[in-house]
Amino acid sequence: MAVEMSSDEGRTALAVDGLRLSFGGLRALDGVSFTAREGSVTSIIGPNGAGKTSLFNTISGFYRPGAGSIRFFDTPVDGLRPPERARLGMARTFQNISLFQGMTVLDNIKLGRHAHMATGVLEALFYLGRARREEMELRREVEERIIDFLEIDHIRNAPVSALSYGLRKRVELARALAMRPRILLLDEPVAGMNREETEDMARFILDVREEWGVTILMVEHDMGMVMDISDHVVVLNFGQVIAKGDPGQVSSNPDVIAAYLGSGEVDDLRARVREAAGAAGGAA
Amino acid sequence: MRIGTAKETYRHDEALFDTPVQRWWLAGLFVAIAAFPFVADAYWIYLGCLVAINIASATGLNILTGFTGLVSLGQAAFMGVGAYIVAWLEINLGTPFFVNLLAGGLGAGLIGILVGIPSLRVKGLYLAIATIAASVILHFVFANWTSVTGGQSGLTMPPATFLGTALDQPDKLYWLIVPVTVLMVLGASNLFRTRIGRAFIAIRDRDISAEVLGIPLLRYKLYSFALSSFYAGVAGGLWAYFFRVVTPESFPLVMSIFFLAAIIVGGMGSILGGILGAAFMTMVPEALKLIVGWLSPWLPDAVALLSPVRTIVFGALIVGFLIFEPRGLAEAWRRLRRFFHLWPFKT
Amino acid sequence: MTDWLLLIEVSLAGIGSGGLYAITGLAFVLIYKATKVVNLAIGEILMLGAYVFFGFSAGLALPFWLAALGTVVVAGLLGAGIERTMIRPMLGESPIAVFMLTIGLGSILTGTVELIWGANPLRLPEYLPNQPLFLGDAYVSSKVATAFAIASVVVLIFLALFRFWRGGVALRATASDQAAAYSMGINVPKVFSLSWIIACVTAGVAGMLVGAIGGISPTMGVFGLSVLVVVIVGGLDSVLGALVAGLFIGLLEALAGAYLGGEYKTLATFVLLVVVLMVRPYGLFGTHEIERL
Ligand SMILES: Nc1ncnc2c1ncn2[C@@H]1O[C@H](COP(=O)(O)OP(=O)(O)O)[C@@H](O)[C@H]1O
Ligand SMILES: [Mg+2]
Repeated sequence: MAVEMSSDEGRTALAVDGLRLSFGGLRALDGVSFTAREGSVTSIIGPNGAGKTSLFNTISGFYRPGAGSIRFFDTPVDGLRPPERARLGMARTFQNISLFQGMTVLDNIKLGRHAHMATGVLEALFYLGRARREEMELRREVEERIIDFLEIDHIRNAPVSALSYGLRKRVELARALAMRPRILLLDEPVAGMNREETEDMARFILDVREEWGVTILMVEHDMGMVMDISDHVVVLNFGQVIAKGDPGQVSSNPDVIAAYLGSGEVDDLRARVREAAGAAGGAA
Repeated sequence: MRIGTAKETYRHDEALFDTPVQRWWLAGLFVAIAAFPFVADAYWIYLGCLVAINIASATGLNILTGFTGLVSLGQAAFMGVGAYIVAWLEINLGTPFFVNLLAGGLGAGLIGILVGIPSLRVKGLYLAIATIAASVILHFVFANWTSVTGGQSGLTMPPATFLGTALDQPDKLYWLIVPVTVLMVLGASNLFRTRIGRAFIAIRDRDISAEVLGIPLLRYKLYSFALSSFYAGVAGGLWAYFFRVVTPESFPLVMSIFFLAAIIVGGMGSILGGILGAAFMTMVPEALKLIVGWLSPWLPDAVALLSPVRTIVFGALIVGFLIFEPRGLAEAWRRLRRFFHLWPFKT
Repeated sequence: MTDWLLLIEVSLAGIGSGGLYAITGLAFVLIYKATKVVNLAIGEILMLGAYVFFGFSAGLALPFWLAALGTVVVAGLLGAGIERTMIRPMLGESPIAVFMLTIGLGSILTGTVELIWGANPLRLPEYLPNQPLFLGDAYVSSKVATAFAIASVVVLIFLALFRFWRGGVALRATASDQAAAYSMGINVPKVFSLSWIIACVTAGVAGMLVGAIGGISPTMGVFGLSVLVVVIVGGLDSVLGALVAGLFIGLLEALAGAYLGGEYKTLATFVLLVVVLMVRPYGLFGTHEIERL
């Protein structure tokens, strides 16, 4: 499926151009540019500390870049605050899961819809008219489109603090889906998951793209998964893009191998690439 | 709460009181509240009114501190704003009480927004300290804006009137105070069934990710401030009608600590907690008085010990609950209810 | 026509009492740096120090130096006790919860003092020199001057401890990175309790001085409110900030009190607080941490 999408000339969903970001003297992002086509799965890879999470935070609007610009579909979003970007359809999950501990799974998911609702304080106090209507509608949609889809019916009323790691990641994805995403930014969606959970998550991500037509931008270390489901891969090292292209091109790029060499992850990378290539060859 | 697996149960599930058992309990509670003034004596009616006023204010503080995670030590001062507005209107314009109460709430809410504005730049503890600043400054205004507030001697006001009847005794005021409190408590419960309440909790739990998920932080913090001080203002207005003298010393900083203690003891971030905590903390001094009464044959100056002991007990309750039962009486209650399986409130 | 002499006298008095704000602010900053606890009870600890001194010197009629020593010991024990029984169980809880806990602590201390010594204001036995002192033409209360001198000595001891003593070094390491300090073999719980002990002793000494100048009463805890402003203005984690802001706020209050009237003292302080919160929320010298998502 990776191949069929990569030849497609879709619209540009996200265009990042010349992004710079520093923390004190540290250049976390140093002229990062890339684009993600609508409906594609684009993966950002790179060793720890390469600046991937910082890139996501800048795209979300949480950090202000020192230079560069970001365009989301046809809207330049540089001047927009994070909530406004969320409203435009930028949804995300976090590397260190960031669910709201004091809420149930259901409320966490519902929270994602916030920016698309209109209930005001006064209506909320009386829970009449629009407040009731919106909440009912939201509940139905969350149940039918998200909870069923991600197979989390059994935990909808559980407090999130009671959930396993894998389930939390799934609830975070559910919350992002409730945001009516046009792009999903997933920061290490399968980190710390076992084989089976990883496969489930990969399937969910592909289904989301298929069923909802959402563009996916993903940071991930699991090379097997990256090579499996990406249409496009961007490699970041020390805040710079050192390679981009389709998974095959990137994995054979000597710079990429070198970048991973220093981090000791190269054997893993090689093994995964070989494994992924084997699997893809077998399927074709 | 029962877990409805069938999709037809959303409506039930989304209701405040979702099982028949709960509805029965609720009906019973309303009957009890309505019957109370007919069976209780003057002292208990007086206490009932006081508890209700404190519940209203504590619920407001709970919205801000318990649900939104912004500690405030200004609740008493905001009550003061409401009380002064109500007293002034009653004395100078003689407008009907509901107009005055609403004005008191709105006035306090406006001041609350002003105080909340630093939350644009600071968070958490700094904000708590800003609320102390607000109480000091408001206290100064109460004491020195003599032409409006009557300075140190304060304002003495006529009772509220309803259809020509003066509500000058607790047994009459009960019918004003308690319904207003019930309305405010229900309003607060409703709030947390909607996006507004969820946004508050999200800000409390992790404000920075809340922002990335689409919640404008400043706006919602200000909403929370406004609501909380609106509640305080209305409660302060009720307080004014109840005591009918409003002075700068009526709303000291320790009163703000009292409300903080109430929500800590009751359970922060739980509507039921605010109710239980306010009731409990209002009763504590009364219980102490009773104990002191018993002790007086043996301890001649027991009455003089009342005030310091009360101060110690308040402090010890705050410390003890934070360490040993940080989710307060509401949590203890929930445990009990899980045990018996049939409690009405979904909190 | 400006009365320069009055202005100078008022300023000197202000700076003098500012010294007491500074050392109490120091105590606050110490706890904050080491344990990240915002201790709202600092004013009440100061008050307790003053009352303990009263108990030893007036109640038991001990000589000054013994009473002072006793106060220091009791304040230290109090610090250790608070840390062990209230602060340590809250390790890992939200800072807001610990903050509220110190509010409760303040309430307990106030009530205790009132229970033992009553609610009425009392005078400490005179132990500071009382004859008028002149700096040029300007009158300075010798009590204030002596208090200021003692406060300066406390500051110097404090800084020396911080810099050269082993415990002080451990303290600084813990303040800058708790996890790293742990891994370097520093006994972090011990550092916590050390910081509370030193801070409470400092506050206790400040209480003896404040009480000697203005008398003691259970409402002395409001001194803590001004101290809170001091540390916010200086920056919660800045030793230098506490010193500078302490002197400045002492000055500000004296000027407001002399030229506007006594009731304007606290008002001026808190208006300053609001201004600082609006324009420089992390204080003059505080560090502003970048948040991570
Ligand atoms: N809030 C911050 N303050 C200071 N430095 C930061 C902050 N966030 C990230 N960094 C630094 O920026 C670099 C990139 O970090 P990050 O984006 O988290 O990398 P990655 O997600 O690729 O592992 C790292 O050196 C990290 O220490
Ligand atoms: Mg990362």
